[in-house]
This record gives sequence, C-alpha cells and structure tokens, in this order.
Amino acid sequence: MKRGTAVVWALLLVASLVLTSGCAKKPAEQPGAQQPQEKIIKIGMIAPLTGDVKTFGESTKNGFLLALEETGNQVAGYKIEPVMGDDRNDPTEAVNVATKLCTQDKVKAIVGSVASKCSIPVSEVCEANKVVQISPTSTNPRVTVDLGRRKTYVFRACFIDPFQGKVGAKFALDTLKAKTAAVLFDQGNDYVIGLANFFKDAFTAGGGKIVAWEAYTKDDADFSAVLTKIAQKKPDILYLPDYYNKVSLIGKQAREKGIKATFMGGDGWDSSELDFATMEGGYFTNHYSAEDPRPEVKAWVDKYQKKYGSTPDALATLAYDATKLLLKAIENAGPDDSTKIRDAMQKLQMDTVSGKISFDENGDPIKPAVILQVSGGKQKYIATVTP
Amino acid sequence: MTVVLEQIFNGFQLGFVYALIALGYTMVYGIIRLINFAHGDVFMVGAFLGVFGYTSWRLPFPLAILVSMVMCAVLGVTIERAAYRPLRYAPRIAALISAIGVSLFLEYFCSLKFVFGPNYRVVDRPFAVTSFRVAGANVSNIQVIVAVVVVVLLALLQYMLFHTKIGKAMRAVSQDHDAARLMGINVDNVISATFAIGSALAAAGGVLYAVAYPQIWPFLGIMPGLKAFTAAVLGGIGIVPGAFLGALIMGQVDVLSAAFISSQFRDAVGFSILILVLLVRPTGLLGSRQPEKV
Repeated sequence: MKRGTAVVWALLLVASLVLTSGCAKKPAEQPGAQQPQEKIIKIGMIAPLTGDVKTFGESTKNGFLLALEETGNQVAGYKIEPVMGDDRNDPTEAVNVATKLCTQDKVKAIVGSVASKCSIPVSEVCEANKVVQISPTSTNPRVTVDLGRRKTYVFRACFIDPFQGKVGAKFALDTLKAKTAAVLFDQGNDYVIGLANFFKDAFTAGGGKIVAWEAYTKDDADFSAVLTKIAQKKPDILYLPDYYNKVSLIGKQAREKGIKATFMGGDGWDSSELDFATMEGGYFTNHYSAEDPRPEVKAWVDKYQKKYGSTPDALATLAYDATKLLLKAIENAGPDDSTKIRDAMQKLQMDTVSGKISFDENGDPIKPAVILQVSGGKQKYIATVTP
Repeated sequence: MTVVLEQIFNGFQLGFVYALIALGYTMVYGIIRLINFAHGDVFMVGAFLGVFGYTSWRLPFPLAILVSMVMCAVLGVTIERAAYRPLRYAPRIAALISAIGVSLFLEYFCSLKFVFGPNYRVVDRPFAVTSFRVAGANVSNIQVIVAVVVVVLLALLQYMLFHTKIGKAMRAVSQDHDAARLMGINVDNVISATFAIGSALAAAGGVLYAVAYPQIWPFLGIMPGLKAFTAAVLGGIGIVPGAFLGALIMGQVDVLSAAFISSQFRDAVGFSILILVLLVRPTGLLGSRQPEKV
C-alpha cells in the first residue's frame, strides 16, 4: 500500500495543494451566479466508511442522513444534495477526498471527519477553500486551533481531549482509587497521543503515578514485549486511548500476559465491534449515553431505532447534532455565503441530543462528558461529568 | 532474570513467524535473483484462508493450515507464471516492478467487498489460550504451537533440500541455470516448485500469525513482510540458514529493544542493526564468497 504508491501520492498531494491555493478565491464569485437557478446546496460528509474504524463511519453516515431526512432534504428553500466521502481513516486519503469535495463538487460545508488525524489535515483544506467544516467527533485540540492559530471556518460538536483526559484521570483517582497507571499509545495518531498526554498530566497532577509509558505503531500486532514489562509493574489502571479494534487486540494480549489492571480509555472505544468479553469491566469516557434519562435522548434513541434497528452510539448522535447545527446556521445565514454561514455558526446556541451547545472562541463547544462501563456485553452508564 | 527469559520467549514467537516468511524471500532470491515483494501478501492470503479453514469450513486446525498452504502454493505458482515468467529474460528491474504490482494487486483485490473486505476481522482462536511456567517465566500454548509447527516445517524443508531429487535440482539451478538445463533439469518446473514451497511456508506463517495476534485485514502482510525481508538480508539473502538466523535475530531485537530500551525506538533499533551489519558484512551474517544457495 505504502511502498509503490508513495511517489504517486506525493505527486497527487502537490497537485492538490496547487489546486486548493488556486481555488481559494473562487467561492466569493461563483455562488451567486450558479446556485439560484438550480436551488441546490451541496453538503459534504467525510467519514471512514471502510477500514480499521468502519463502524465509526457507518454510524456517522447514519446520523448525518437522518438529520437531513428530518428536514425533508431542504434548507432555506434549497434542496440539499449530500456528497459522501470515504477517507478510510487515512490522512492522505482524507486530504484527497476533502480537496475533491471543495474544488470539484463545490460543497458549501463539510460534516467530518471522524478521527482527529484525518480532521486536522481536512481542516486545512477547508480553511484554504473557505468551506465551513464541522467535525462531529474529532476531539484533538489541533482540529480547530493549531500553533495558536484559530482556523476560522472549522468547528466541532464534541468536547476536546484535555477535558476528556482530565475526566478519565479524575475518575480513576477518585472513584476507582487508583494509585498507578500504565499508558500504551499509538505514536503515529494525533488523537491517541493527545489523549494519552492529557491523561498522564491530569493523573500525575492528581497524585497518581504513571509506571509505564509505552508506544507502538499502527501496524503492530505483537504487544508481547511491552505487556510483559507492564505485567511486572502491576498497575491499577491500563489506559488504552486507541480505537476499538486496537484496544480489543491489546486487551486480549494483556489478559493473556496476566495483567489484572482495570482497562480505561476514551471515546474511541464506542463501537458495536469492541471485543466486549475481553474489555469487560473497563471504563471509558464518551460524549453521550443512550441510557441518559433526558427526554431529548429518549426521543432520539427511538427515532434512530425505528430507522436503523439499533441503538445509536455517540458517533451517530454527534453526527446528527453536528448536521443539525450546520443546517441551523445555514438557515440563519442563507445558503449563499460561506463566510456568513461561518459567522452564524459561531453565534449559534442550540439544544442538541448530546447537550446544550454553544461555541467558545475556538469553535469548540462547552459540554459535559459521560463515563461508561463495559459490562455484560453492553455499555453501562456510570456518571456524567460537567466541565 | 525470569523477565528476561519471558521476553526472550516473546521474541522467539515473533522470530519464528518471521522465519517462515523470510525463507520464501530467500529461496526465490536464491533461484532467480528476484525480490518477490508480493510475498508478504501471500502471507496475508494464507492467514485469511487458514482462519476461514477452521471457522467457516470447520476443518480441524492442522488440516486448516495444510489447506491454506496448498492453496497458497497454487497462488504462488500462478503469480510466477503470470507475472514473473514472461519477464524471465527482461532486465531485472522489470521483474521487480512487476512484483510490486502483484503486491498492490493482492492487497487491493483482497480489500474488495466480495473477496475478504477492507475491514479488520477479529479472529476466533481454534483453542483456548493457556499458559504455564518454565523456569519461572510464563509460556503460552500458542508459543509452543508456533515453535513446534515452525521447527517441523524447517526440518521438512531441510530434508527436502538435501535428500530429495527436487532439492538437488533446486540447488543446481540456484548455482547456474544454463548448466542445470544442460544436465537435463527442467528449470521452469524447479522455479515453480520453489515458488510453491516458499508460498506454502508463508501461508503457514500467516495462519500462525493470525492465531497468535488475533486480528486480520488485507494490509496485514506489509509490515511482517518488510521485517522478514530485512531478516533475510541480515542473514544473507539467498541462504536458507541465514534467513532463519536473521529472522530469530529480528524477532529478538524487536522484543528486547521494546522491553529494555524504549518502545518508541523499537523499529529504529532493528533497522540500525541491519545497517551496521551490512556495513561490516555486505553479504549478510552467513553470506560468503561461495555461498550455498537454494
């Protein structure tokens, strides 16, 4: 996959950079001329529909389409034409897809992507093309603000990792009474690195001790060396901030190496394909719980169940919320001008399924997190933590 | 001390699997001087077929390994016929490019929905994992099974190379195609046999890998393929015992550097050792001026 095509990708990347810089000025002159006759607004979606986190992509797509369907595929008198993009959870592919959506399909806004490592490069493409982007679930701070620079067209519908890491660490210290933790992270994934670091900082600040800090790479399948090492240290917590596939594999090998620690992780665990038997008893921080007693949540769960026959996970819920937020902003500002949509978005205040959302100056919403436990093959609601 | 021992067992588990892949690289190189980049992907196909064997087709586990080996042998021979034989007398770079093409074809063809699909699959193991203690260190039954299967296959390979007619023919072809042909050896058949054997070994490695690290997907062969290729070069490409030695070293370096240096530098350590060895001995650890090639 990587060897032979590397040169081709590099060429494509250069070509796409040239294209994006060339097209940066276009949206200002085109929309008025083209759209009113056709009365169509294109909205893009980018998600990993295949690959290692494909359930994330499927849920996101479900939530996105359901939100559109509810409005009758109409916004501000325009017909919505959704354009789907599959990034396969690969940053290079994400840039290709985003560039295609922005320059070829000329979408007004993009919902996506799911993983931070894809959303970060996508945000650069959107910013350069003045296309409004709202990521449903990318929690890394760098999606909206990179090196102190706010990407003005980029928003998200979820909390960010400093908060998520802190919630996890506090829960481990206060509720689980943990003293020691081991952290195992993918050193090539922005989301995983970020979450691992924020957990470590909050855990040590709260008086806990990190006894092992171990890295691996995306293609690794053999964790025997680091797990044997961690087993000797007998930590209370094994923090695994990666996605459901990887943590299932690591969890299995960890138990086989005799590690008795409680597993903990982040919102990347939220999938029907998590190995529930292996991860039994583990806790993870998430955006929402289907067991939340609020009436909005119940209505949403019923709606989703009726359409797709399953309980919505956080990915579907946030994709739904993100799309709703975007449609509301388009309604307030009119569909013609991306800059106006962006301004309307910034001012928005709205009750969504995952909580009341308003954006801070960085385009990040301020909202609570929930803690869930893997229990008896299901996710069990434990607590809600407000910032 | 028991920790070191346990880590060494971990290293052997990885090294044995690398060895099965490295042997295929080295045998093919020894015979036709081609680095068969598609080899890692044959390993991947082997993993999938083996897992299908004992899950969907309900074969007993040893039979599933055999079926996977046979099917991959056929695949290896087909690849050789279709992609390498027509280029036998073309410049060597042409065959190399063809190998990369076959590799990408296998990866993306297997990613298609109606083949294996692009997603990760969790592998159900054919038996439960148990572990017991040897000199205080934990050893799992999987590590034992991997070791036994690999040693048996290696013994068979060694027997075949030095005690059968086809083995003798392979050794002859590896030394000189034309002279071998003059002696009445059907060179094309010998090359096909080499591909069949190499691919079958990779398939066995794939099944063991899938059982040891229970998650598979169509791009799974890339990294182990690269590591095994490195192992083959480290030991001296074209030399069978060299590939085995190189693979064991790569497995140990992988595990021990993660365990006692830093998991963040693991691959850097492994490949630095490769560079150092090649600087001192460009032909690899067991390479010499008159190598015994297969």
